[in-house]
Amino acid sequence: MANELLLSVKGIHTWYELKKWGVFHAGFVRALDGVSFDLRKGEALTVVGESGSGKTTLLKTILGLAPMTKGEISFNGQKFDGKSDSAGWLRSRVGFVQQDPYGALPPFMTVRRILSEPMIINKFGTPAEREQRIREVMEEVRLLPVNDFLNKFPHMLSGGQQQRLVIARALVLRPSLIVADEPVSMLDASVRVEILELMRRVQKAHNLGVIYITHDLSTVRYFSERVFIMYAARIVEKAGVNEIIHNTLHPYTKALLAAIPDPDPENAHRYRDVPPGEPPSLVKPPSGCRFHPRCPVRIEGLCEREIPPAFEPVRDHFVECWLHKT
Amino acid sequence: MGEGNLLRVKNLTLHFRTTRGVLQAVDSVSFAMDRRRSITIIGESGCGKTSLARALLRLLPRNVHSYTGEVYLDGTDVMRMSDEWFRQNVRWTKVSMVSQAAMNALNPVLKVGDQVAEPLRVHRRMSKDEALARAREVFRIVGVPDDFLHRYAFELSGGMRQRAILAMALVTSPQLILLDEPTSALDMLTQANIFNALKDIKNQLEVGFILITHDISTSSDLADEVLVMYAGQLVEHSLSTTGYTKPLHPYAHGLMSSVPTLREDKKLEFIPGQPPSLINPPTGCRFAARCPRRFDRCDQEPPTFTVGAYGEQVKCWLHAKG
Repeated sequence: MANELLLSVKGIHTWYELKKWGVFHAGFVRALDGVSFDLRKGEALTVVGESGSGKTTLLKTILGLAPMTKGEISFNGQKFDGKSDSAGWLRSRVGFVQQDPYGALPPFMTVRRILSEPMIINKFGTPAEREQRIREVMEEVRLLPVNDFLNKFPHMLSGGQQQRLVIARALVLRPSLIVADEPVSMLDASVRVEILELMRRVQKAHNLGVIYITHDLSTVRYFSERVFIMYAARIVEKAGVNEIIHNTLHPYTKALLAAIPDPDPENAHRYRDVPPGEPPSLVKPPSGCRFHPRCPVRIEGLCEREIPPAFEPVRDHFVECWLHKT
Repeated sequence: MGEGNLLRVKNLTLHFRTTRGVLQAVDSVSFAMDRRRSITIIGESGCGKTSLARALLRLLPRNVHSYTGEVYLDGTDVMRMSDEWFRQNVRWTKVSMVSQAAMNALNPVLKVGDQVAEPLRVHRRMSKDEALARAREVFRIVGVPDDFLHRYAFELSGGMRQRAILAMALVTSPQLILLDEPTSALDMLTQANIFNALKDIKNQLEVGFILITHDISTSSDLADEVLVMYAGQLVEHSLSTTGYTKPLHPYAHGLMSSVPTLREDKKLEFIPGQPPSLINPPTGCRFAARCPRRFDRCDQEPPTFTVGAYGEQVKCWLHAKG
């Protein structure tokens, strides 16, 4: 049962149309350009990318919040084509943990109201059953003692407690998949670990699939088994956490790893080996491999012409780079 | 830690008036730094790091309750200067600042070059051409192409805008630059590039840096000395060689152990609880309520600084002598 497929994403494209003067077509922002992956039940995976790489659009597309231009998503065996009527069914089965807990919680609702809202909308149980479920999830995310918190408003909670509440809300409908968009980036270092451990514990306890999105590669190993690296709307490398850190293949991933410091006093004496430049425009992405203008090891005549397909030089380690052609 | 021939701060205090009482944002902070050194001040949000930077530059909001202490810059006590004298002779001539998300602070209707040259026109009374020539020089140091002088802010990427802001802080050749979370809004690669530029500047020019950040990993990129703040107070000041690996204060220890590392597989820890309110802080050690190693004395008496084996200073009764 462990290997049962939970979510399968095949070649999804999400393009936002640009309009001139609000009327005329002026091109597309290709926020997602051919992304495919599978997620098994109970598996946690992390998508790492810089801002503008399309990682949030990927999440939104899976949740049906962004229009899918092309491609196919199937969840628990049921297929979706991105039309809005199917999105509601999907959303009641997927929990969403937002980035900024304070912004994600309505300031005029009490904790009890915030947690009962998803159940009311999705017609879950009787009021007594709902109350029971609220207490269950609050105990699970350690908002204890429950009675002290039930009637509080979000502003009365600390940052860490707010994020626990957001996680509780995502869990309240017993989803089989949780998507989390930078769940700890707004929190302080000392609280961050607590929240990551909480999410990990919840994931194991309920055998949840989790898609965790972050720009911070250093938290990845504490959270998931597999990592996807996104660059300019495509997933350029997919592998297990240790594999990607110790056997990095894509030049972009190498640069990303080189850019991340560990706290070490020696850092003050060495320079970081990172390529100059900025990620490309997604309206007119570079031809061929999208990283080639910044790539230190590009192959002239090949990289700028053809988009590299995903090669698998090592088992379960996929990379979109001509250097690793198999 | 240094004699303080560049900056010596003694009992600097900045309290704000609020509707609920007096908020002790910066409480009796003392430290010293030498020329060409870079120190980093780390701490969690709300610990008073930014207020400390503002207190040093006298960029104060209106609700100041008390602002006292001594700040010796280059041997002179700047706290005794009048505001006008301070503005003319200290701010941006001797000390400049790159504030948080400063890249969004560029004026959209002025050319970037004119903005970078402006401090020279104001403080050094330079002609426009002279100032632009100097701006061009500084652009080269921070790694912005020359022709960007004539562009507008919206034509620059985030990283380039941040470099332009850095150029603005450098243009008057100050002796000290305060960097308040200079890269927290930028991507990893851009951040690494900016830190490479900062290291270049540090190696080439006569300038000291105070880097204020909550990102402990990146702070080690520029640190000679590490200062840890908690609840408005400085709790530890040590050399970066020991500060990151062997912190003395229990809070600094907890903070360092909570930093995830990419390369080594360590067990992460976290500090339970939350910082005290700065309106009525506890009388004893402010960290006592969350401290795993507290004892009776901690709740009763505020700890004083003790000097450790490598000259590091720590505000904790555990390390008190006698």
